[in-house]
Amino acid sequence: MVTVAAPAAVTNGEWVRRVAGPFRRVWRLLLSVVLTFLGLTCVTFFIGRVIPIDPVLAIVGDKASVETYNRVRSEIGLDLPIPVQYWRYLLKVLHGDFGNSVITSQPVLQDLLRVFPATLELSLLALLIGVVFGVPLGVIAATHRGRWQDQVIRFGSLIGYSMPVFWLGLIGLLVFYAKLGWVEGPGRLDVSYDDIVPVITGLITVDSLVAGEHEVFWNSIGHLLLPASILGYLSLAYVARMTRSFMLGQLKQEYILATLAKGLSPFRVVWVHALGNIWVQLVTVIALTFGSLLEGAVLTETVFAWPGLGLYMKNSLFNADLNAVLGGTMLVGVVYIGLNMLSDLIYPLVDPRARERR
Amino acid sequence: MSKRLCFAALATALSLAMAAPAAHAATPKDTVVMAWQLDGIITFDPAESYEIATQELGTNIYDRLMRYEAEDPTKLVGGVAESYTVSPDAKTFTFKLRPNQKFASGAPITADDMAWSLQRVVILDKTPAFLFTQLGWSKDNVKDLVQATDPNTVTFKITEDLAPSLVLNLMSTFAASVVEKKIALANEVNGDLGNSWLKSHSAGSGPYSLVSWKADESVTLEANPNYHLGPPHMKRIVVRHIPEPATQRLLLEKGDIDIARDLTPDQLTPMAGNKDIRIESFPAANTYYLGMNLSEEHLKNPKVREAMKMLVDYEGMVNTVLKGRFIQQEAFLPLGFLGAIAYNPFSLNVEKAKALLAEAGYPNGFELEFTTPNLPPWTDIAQSVQQTMGQAGIKLKIVQVELKQELQIFRARKHQLVLNSWAPDYFDPHSNADTFAHNDDDSDTPKIKPLAWRTHWYIPELTKQTLAAAKEVDLEKRKAEYAALQKTVTDTGPFVIMFQNANQVASRADVKGFKTGLFEDFNFYRTITK
Repeated sequence: MVTVAAPAAVTNGEWVRRVAGPFRRVWRLLLSVVLTFLGLTCVTFFIGRVIPIDPVLAIVGDKASVETYNRVRSEIGLDLPIPVQYWRYLLKVLHGDFGNSVITSQPVLQDLLRVFPATLELSLLALLIGVVFGVPLGVIAATHRGRWQDQVIRFGSLIGYSMPVFWLGLIGLLVFYAKLGWVEGPGRLDVSYDDIVPVITGLITVDSLVAGEHEVFWNSIGHLLLPASILGYLSLAYVARMTRSFMLGQLKQEYILATLAKGLSPFRVVWVHALGNIWVQLVTVIALTFGSLLEGAVLTETVFAWPGLGLYMKNSLFNADLNAVLGGTMLVGVVYIGLNMLSDLIYPLVDPRARERR
Repeated sequence: MSKRLCFAALATALSLAMAAPAAHAATPKDTVVMAWQLDGIITFDPAESYEIATQELGTNIYDRLMRYEAEDPTKLVGGVAESYTVSPDAKTFTFKLRPNQKFASGAPITADDMAWSLQRVVILDKTPAFLFTQLGWSKDNVKDLVQATDPNTVTFKITEDLAPSLVLNLMSTFAASVVEKKIALANEVNGDLGNSWLKSHSAGSGPYSLVSWKADESVTLEANPNYHLGPPHMKRIVVRHIPEPATQRLLLEKGDIDIARDLTPDQLTPMAGNKDIRIESFPAANTYYLGMNLSEEHLKNPKVREAMKMLVDYEGMVNTVLKGRFIQQEAFLPLGFLGAIAYNPFSLNVEKAKALLAEAGYPNGFELEFTTPNLPPWTDIAQSVQQTMGQAGIKLKIVQVELKQELQIFRARKHQLVLNSWAPDYFDPHSNADTFAHNDDDSDTPKIKPLAWRTHWYIPELTKQTLAAAKEVDLEKRKAEYAALQKTVTDTGPFVIMFQNANQVASRADVKGFKTGLFEDFNFYRTITK
């Protein structure tokens, strides 16, 4: 019996390793997501409680009587002990209930679903611009280290890095919209194109194509181009700088010399071998850039009257609309968590060693 | 592959370059596009709305029982009502409705719609309810007190003693709008009398109807063909939320908007020579003042308060940093209000102020914390005040805070000196008198917190005068009582009342007929032509 059981135990162990391994990884990932999420709710909640603005006053206004004030205060649960408030908040959030926004009086979740696509559309295009131009520029700067190409690219990204986006946006509007007329003005669409396309995804470019409204599509691209380019320039600056320094690290490696000695073309060595090796690091950089584009859109959205998450959060903050601020922060936080998970999933695709470790 | 990509990119760029100029036409001939900071909109329901933007938009969407019309905004005339009578005891008000009036839907306006709309405000008990509860109406009695006595007559009774002019002014507020009962009730949810539906829809009889409201984006109105004074000139009004004033300016210069509402001197000054653009300034009704805290030892002394009123450069500010945006007015009623007096007894006089401070026992002045909001024009005013007060030795330590935060400090009476403004709730002197000159309970738990309470100014006698003025039936006597109240508050009160604000509106030269009034209630879109 014992001798028969032994091989079975081995196969069991093998089975356990094969199946439980991925399970354990998923479990660990989930645990970290849950912990991050809890931390996020905790921080946002307590920040909301320490800011020196009275949320009750924001609702009832300056002229309300003391009775109304007290009624609303207990209605929104502010008279309860803080831990109880937090617990109630957490339970609600887990049910997808972020409460109602004070300034729009709609459920916060509904508001977020309305404003998020506008920001997503803007930042996706910005990211595309950032990556498509930033990576090659970074590579060129690295291969031409110290020469004029490098200087120009580094100077260009330094400007992108240090210019206030608010100023860049206004100057961009002044030049490309007001003077040259190359792009459309602020907002997502011209007034005459409003309300033509039914909302499906909230991304006007996609919705207009689905509806077959090509004029609306081009108008929305015209409106997107400038803010996306300006945001894209900022991410380009970062992506190019990071690509340059990663590439410099690679170009020093001995395998570069070896591949060159083997007779491979320098073009192939740089763009395939060296660049191929920095994708893991770049994926992280790109994911983080995307995250910061989402929150960095606040000023751009103000200048361009872009009805997205940034503008929504700004209004909520200025109006002491706590539910909306907490909901928005949570959304950005969740997107960050999602991006982290995504880049974890992408690593094995670009790095065979990560595949091995699985 | 890369060639194909290049080609696609080139094609995109080319088609964009060709498409762009064509789209840059001016705004449509029958549409006015206005840029305005619209971020405060909560609801369009007249029984709930209390935000500046919806009060103005609502003025153009709903007609109301009584109103001040565009043609002469100083005269209270009938809106829905054609005439009214007041009983000799000033307790019963009877309104005859104009015949053949229609809602935007085409249905006739009945007395039942009007009475129900008034009751609804009290029953829903949202922010504007206080306007009507001061008449003695409550959830329990309003259905008995406000009634449609026949299809064309609304009669209501009030249980409080109030001047008829005050009551009629309350009937000219946005809350007194007539809402189409049938439509509202058809969209009722859980007995809310249509409240949630009316947040973003309209059921009115004003010159325009609400077509769409996209939060943080735009509001679109469409002309109502049934409006009783005839359909307005412009078919559509589109109000776009453009938060950044500099962006508003670019849009206006480009002709993509017709009217810009939030331009500041930074934008207006360079546009002064532009022939395509007209800049106008209209008085508004906000009162800007400094509020002291009389729990501070120095400020208890009337001589110190008088000296401080002489240490503000009213004229200098109005002629420089605040030019076009403020009018000097040291009385608590804005010019244009019933009973308002042009009363400016104080001007900058450092020598006299120094003498008064010496008499009060502070020849070397003293220090005060000066709480101000952190945005212009507040910051401009604060700096000027700090500088002139300093000339007599009163050292102000400026603490800049967010406006909402300042309100909280002020309401908790934790300030020493505060810079703030007051916006009246309705077009009647009582609205301001009731805050600047009402405090007969200085305890920490009063029922209401008027400005006099916030400054610890305990004035039981003056409060009686304020309440008496609100009840005075004789109009001339009533005016005289407010004149006296204003003088007392300006001369002896803990307020340095400085200015009444003005709104600056920049429009394309071909767009005419838009004026802003003292109140949002007077901002009419139906007079706009282009």
